[in-house]
Amino acid sequence: MTAWLRHHLQSLQQTLARFAGSPFASIANMVVLGVVLALPLGGYALLANLQTYAGSLPTEPQISIFLSPSWRAEDSALEAQLRSAPGVQAVRFVPRDAALAGLKRVPGLGDVITSLRENPLPDAFVVTLGSADAETAARLEAQFRALPGISIVQVDSAWVRRIDSLLKIARTAVLMLGVLLGFALIAVTFNTIRLQILTQREEIEVSKLVGATDAYVRRPFYHEGVLLGVGGGLAALGIVQGALLLFNTDLARLGPIFGVLPVLRLVSLPDASAVLVFAGLLGWLGSYLSVSRHLLTVQPH
Amino acid sequence: MTQPIISLSGVTKRYPGGREALTGVSFQIEPGEFVFLTGRSGAGKSTLFRLIAAIERPSSGSVLVAGQNVGSLSARGVPFLRRNLGLVFQDQKLLFDRSVFDNVMLPLLVTGQPYRDSARRARAALDKVGLLDRERANPVALSGGEQQRLCIARAVVNRPSILIADEPTSNLDAEYADIIMGMFRSFNQVGVTVLIATHDRHSLEQGRVVALDHGRVAA
Repeated sequence: MTAWLRHHLQSLQQTLARFAGSPFASIANMVVLGVVLALPLGGYALLANLQTYAGSLPTEPQISIFLSPSWRAEDSALEAQLRSAPGVQAVRFVPRDAALAGLKRVPGLGDVITSLRENPLPDAFVVTLGSADAETAARLEAQFRALPGISIVQVDSAWVRRIDSLLKIARTAVLMLGVLLGFALIAVTFNTIRLQILTQREEIEVSKLVGATDAYVRRPFYHEGVLLGVGGGLAALGIVQGALLLFNTDLARLGPIFGVLPVLRLVSLPDASAVLVFAGLLGWLGSYLSVSRHLLTVQPH
Repeated sequence: MTQPIISLSGVTKRYPGGREALTGVSFQIEPGEFVFLTGRSGAGKSTLFRLIAAIERPSSGSVLVAGQNVGSLSARGVPFLRRNLGLVFQDQKLLFDRSVFDNVMLPLLVTGQPYRDSARRARAALDKVGLLDRERANPVALSGGEQQRLCIARAVVNRPSILIADEPTSNLDAEYADIIMGMFRSFNQVGVTVLIATHDRHSLEQGRVVALDHGRVAA
């Protein structure tokens, strides 16, 4: 057991020494892996941000009903009809003056609104539905459209659902990208380890001749693969976090122009650890495949 | 009667292409013996060396080393057999990317011994071959004779019970060859079984000679 641990430590030392011996080659390798991993990781980070942003939007299904100018507020029959429709939870009347006042409060729009000579907005009802299913919304939409005095019926939650399904597609795309580039990472470590085995042919051969077990010979290459993967993962995290921070400073600068913009969240610690573990595993897999494939060819002769 | 430490019976080695390097070779070496394996180049000495070190396997017959049948040894068992052998190769197989000291350390590190003990033993081995003052040097900087001594130090650092050398004096002058032979003798005196393959007739004064001729043991 102690011998086994000592082996590992020795081999790790050797691997680190080898990295230190050719720092540029090692760093170049890790940067390549970092760029490869940064693509899916960056996609994932952006998606996660979009998702939280989409999640903060009202998903409660609402139907906005804009009334034709001929409609008079005294006519309460319409409101009663809306209220009595099955599936409707609440009905709120928004008079055109109140809507205008609301728009005036939106930063940047105030000046535009006051420059208008007359209020262009119609009166409206906002109908909140009891359930979120698309069928009810569609049925009520059709039903309301048929009522007299109504110019536009708009289902407000539809676009939220659209975003949601778009996000789902994007998530699949990121996943596919991740899988593909995971293979790329395996391939890169595979090749790196192959070259390493070739350059250390003699050492491997002599070690075997003086009684090294197969496991002993393989170990440094596994360490190297894992270190490469983890190094690549660190590089990827650096790239993605850096990019997100850069975006955030840009967003902060744009804030006064566009009003409040969301701050992008960085890759969280658990996610970052998962990336490192995963990258390490892929590096190990690449070196395992390479060692199994190439070490057999190095035999004492 | 002691068990022979190396025992070959009816060993034949045929290489792909049909060339037969060894044909029905049988002989035994007792523990503590000092044996020369002689014959011209191509007589099969190196092949025999490789069979005993489990670098190659016999086509037929059996090679027993310290009670283990090399021919049927599993790949897992080979390293443990080799740890019991001190090997001095004809082409030396020194590593030129590290110091003299690290070359001698290799057999010890490979077995997972603590660094401190290993370092002490490596220095003791270097001392025995008179290279202690060169431990930091790169093997490239050593003379031919010194390189050969380094090979011996690496072979004995693990305190093997068998020391096998393939043409250890082939490219050394007579005086240096004597020094090298003297080293093998001193290891033999402390109980190590020594087998030396050589085509060099003049260093055969003491010890048993097994002569090979065209892959067969000559009478």
